[in-house]
Amino acid sequence: MFAGFDFAILVRNAPFLWGGMLLTLKLTALAVTGGLLLGVVLAVLRLSTIPFAPTLVAGYVNFLRSMPLILAIFWFYTLIPKLTGQSVSSFYSVLIAFILFEAAYYSEIIRAGISSVRRGQIAAGLALGLTNAQSMRYIVLPQAIRNMTPVLLTQSIVMLQDTSLVYVVGLRDFLTTADIVAGRDSRPVELYMFVALVFLVICFGASRMVHRLRRRYAL
Amino acid sequence: MGSYRWNWPILLEDPYFGWIVSGFGNTCLIAVLAWLIAFPLGSVIGIARTTEIRAIRLVGTVYVEIFRNIPLLAQMFLWYFVVPELLPEDWGRWVKRDMPYPQFWTSVICLGLYTASRVAEQVRSGIEAISRGQRFAGLAMGLTEPQVYRYVLIPVAYRIIIPSLTSDFLGVFKNSSLALTIGVLELTSQARQIEEYTFAAFEAFATATVLYCAVTGIVIVAMRQVERVTRVPGTITIQA
Repeated sequence: MFAGFDFAILVRNAPFLWGGMLLTLKLTALAVTGGLLLGVVLAVLRLSTIPFAPTLVAGYVNFLRSMPLILAIFWFYTLIPKLTGQSVSSFYSVLIAFILFEAAYYSEIIRAGISSVRRGQIAAGLALGLTNAQSMRYIVLPQAIRNMTPVLLTQSIVMLQDTSLVYVVGLRDFLTTADIVAGRDSRPVELYMFVALVFLVICFGASRMVHRLRRRYAL
Repeated sequence: MGSYRWNWPILLEDPYFGWIVSGFGNTCLIAVLAWLIAFPLGSVIGIARTTEIRAIRLVGTVYVEIFRNIPLLAQMFLWYFVVPELLPEDWGRWVKRDMPYPQFWTSVICLGLYTASRVAEQVRSGIEAISRGQRFAGLAMGLTEPQVYRYVLIPVAYRIIIPSLTSDFLGVFKNSSLALTIGVLELTSQARQIEEYTFAAFEAFATATVLYCAVTGIVIVAMRQVERVTRVPGTITIQA
């Protein structure tokens, strides 16, 4: 089965593929950071009593969650240059799409984490003489963060896999660079299997670490 | 933005209207067919992961970990470009030359097997959510293990996981857009094609977006009714 497997092609193209991997990691890191920041803001608004804010956030979250990520990528790829009137690099248009998209998912996880702490605990904090902010800071958030961290990390692993969709706008991430080599040298078997194996190792390793973290810190 | 020329009527013109209709049809068809693979296969694998036999559990675990930890797009390329090369020569030739609608069926199989790994996780968590006492009670009453699954665990587990299965179905519906990467003309790729031919980018993408949202909305409303009818008495429902 692997008689004609040409390992040398992977070695020869290692620097090119590594460049693609760097782009994948950079995009993931930036999108996770931006998505988390926006996700926290959305979750706080969703749980707030500001008029209309919870409804608007719920609408935003449900809207983005019913759209395929590829379509969102196409939207921003064509929308941003037309809105700003100047060409934006495809990296930034894709990054914005990922941040807005992931924030919707993160905000739901954060909201669920905060809601998972029973209301009675806030009441108990208030009864002890803590202020609202203090019971949030010392009672709710420490538990909420322990509950939601594994889920947030799992979502970030999904996000790492999803960055491969930038293929559709030709951005040279890990999968796209492998695709370029596969097409140029007619070596699809080696290249695609290599990509799958690398992602499998990274994502499986990361998800085992999340699993251990969950077991150690779960409430 | 002020200089953008709106051109909604063009979407009703020939051939663009037909493209949207056929794209939408393909999207729905891929999603439904893939689900017909994912639901039974995922159920079997999910149940396998909860049995008492170690070897069977291991097979289920390996399946789930492989399909969950490789990006779906990479899986699509593996099925389309790599698998035909690794098959025995006759089969490979058949897949490459004689198989009808190769891109369409490849994406159905790819999405079906991927979604099965997600369904499996839901089924497993549904069964594990039932207290172990019920399994033991069934065994103590003289039921065999298959009977315990058939009459005790499965009827309750599926009713618990309906919301998660709904979101998995919506997941495969949205993920069907990845079929465009191997050349299937589904909804997103038709929108993209209309954009390239007419420059009516907003109109084309907006139409596709509305169709995706409409199906999602209809499925969610319909499944809420199903949840209401099948709710296990005495449990708290989770609103999706």
